[in-house]
Amino acid sequence: MIRKVLCGAGTVAASLLLPAVAFAQEAAEAAAPVANPGNNAWMMTATVLVMMMILPGLALFYGGLTRSKNMLSTMTQIGATAALAMLVWIMWGYSMAFGPEAVGGLEAFVSTGSYFLSSVTPDTTAATFSDEVISEYVFVSFQMTFAAITAALVLGATAERMKFSATMLFTVLWLTVVYFPIAHMVWAGGGLLFEMGALDFAGGTVVHINAGVSGLVLAYLLGKRKGYPTEPMPPHSLTLTMVGTGLLWVGWFGFNAGSELEADGFAGLAMINTFVATAAGGLAWMVMEKIAGHKGSALGFCSGIIAGLVAVTPAAGNSGPFGAVVLGIVASLVCYFMVAKIKPAMGYDDSLDAFGIHGIGGIIGAVGTGFVNTMFNGPGNGDAASMMDQVGIQVVAVLVAIAWAAIGTLIVGLIVKFTVGLRVSEETELAGLDIGEHGERAYND
Amino acid sequence: MKYIIAIIKPHKLDEVREALGSLGVAGMTASEVKGFGRQKGQTEIYRGAEYSVNMVPKVKIEIAASDALAPQIVETIQNSANSDAIGDGKVFVLDLASAVRIRTGETGDTAL
Repeated sequence: MIRKVLCGAGTVAASLLLPAVAFAQEAAEAAAPVANPGNNAWMMTATVLVMMMILPGLALFYGGLTRSKNMLSTMTQIGATAALAMLVWIMWGYSMAFGPEAVGGLEAFVSTGSYFLSSVTPDTTAATFSDEVISEYVFVSFQMTFAAITAALVLGATAERMKFSATMLFTVLWLTVVYFPIAHMVWAGGGLLFEMGALDFAGGTVVHINAGVSGLVLAYLLGKRKGYPTEPMPPHSLTLTMVGTGLLWVGWFGFNAGSELEADGFAGLAMINTFVATAAGGLAWMVMEKIAGHKGSALGFCSGIIAGLVAVTPAAGNSGPFGAVVLGIVASLVCYFMVAKIKPAMGYDDSLDAFGIHGIGGIIGAVGTGFVNTMFNGPGNGDAASMMDQVGIQVVAVLVAIAWAAIGTLIVGLIVKFTVGLRVSEETELAGLDIGEHGERAYND
Repeated sequence: MKYIIAIIKPHKLDEVREALGSLGVAGMTASEVKGFGRQKGQTEIYRGAEYSVNMVPKVKIEIAASDALAPQIVETIQNSANSDAIGDGKVFVLDLASAVRIRTGETGDTAL
């Protein structure tokens, strides 16, 4: 998401950020830019595609991986978290991430000025990467779905043991302390990592590293599930996980190709990359299983798909198709290693591998973007003088995101722990969170 | 009369049924069951986490037969259910005290 242009900030924001205010005022007096209906239509489509990734995509993907007694709890936490994130987004999230005004001294981290979307009307527009604009409401909605799915992704690390009330409180605080600032840093004009030249086309840093690292911290704060790792906890429905995987893959085209903010050639590049990196990731995981002496499994295929999708996210418009394939394969292999070897060795309970796949896949993708931006017929649209310079910038951005997410989540997690409490009672955990937290069960048999 | 219970691999059921049919066996009962013997179950692997499953799916067939036919039945099951692999199953033979055909009230061998 960087081509020497302001990303996402509304035209109002753009004019305020420009040093020559007089020119901006003259520009404002000229005819206001009008959104191209074609781009607008594509962005509205992309936005609802991302929505499909949350409900039902992620809900089925994660839900199928839990035990049947926690199916509804997992899906409800995802749905409710996303719904809450949407409301928070229009109240203060958009303002903090992409608001039109700079905060004195803090403009590298947050913005302000459009609380309750006060500055947005059907006539206002948001800049894209060329001289085009899209309707600001569309941009606000598109970015809203990113905030919603990122908050929901974290729950993969905490499934089967976190209180519903804790999930809700955590979501509000975490979005405010962690997500909005990171989104601003990476994607908004004036943001720390944006100005540094970090490439993150569709959210490898903002969404996946952020969610994965936050999930890991929260998993440590929560503690292991009762019985983990001695009791068997196999997924209760890989059928639904496979359905969820398919919905995620389809929705991801909105995620990645939508992040171009226009229906142009770079959206097309992001689209083909989202096909091929994912295909490579899915198969690479199965090959890895075979090499490790097992059978190529359905869950392995699904896991590799997600690893490939995650890895290509930051690179979607910054890599050629073969670079994307390489990213998909590397991410899949490293994620396999993390999930199958490192996690058991370290003993943390990242229930559904939010960190193992999203966190690690995101790091591989973000750093890898620096390489494939110019290698394997990549478009070379970064700012850096050389490939290794770009890689260096990517590494710094990754480290900043990891540190921010880890420290922010630790603070927020501790606040929740000492107010409403993080974890359900032993009785609820044993009976399942469906009955214990929601009073209903997924399957009546 | 004998009561023959055989635990076999599920995919061998059709073969066993055909072989017994040509032997003149008039009826049998088959059910899907789970259990373990020397095979000790199997292993499932989800994202690298191994779970040993103690119970393996099998098919149990039950046949009531005359004393004359019983040895042939046992031999036929043994031959047709054999795949020379671990977990092929077992055959048990019990003495059967009586049998009644519900519709006609016939008893003994004629009821089979």
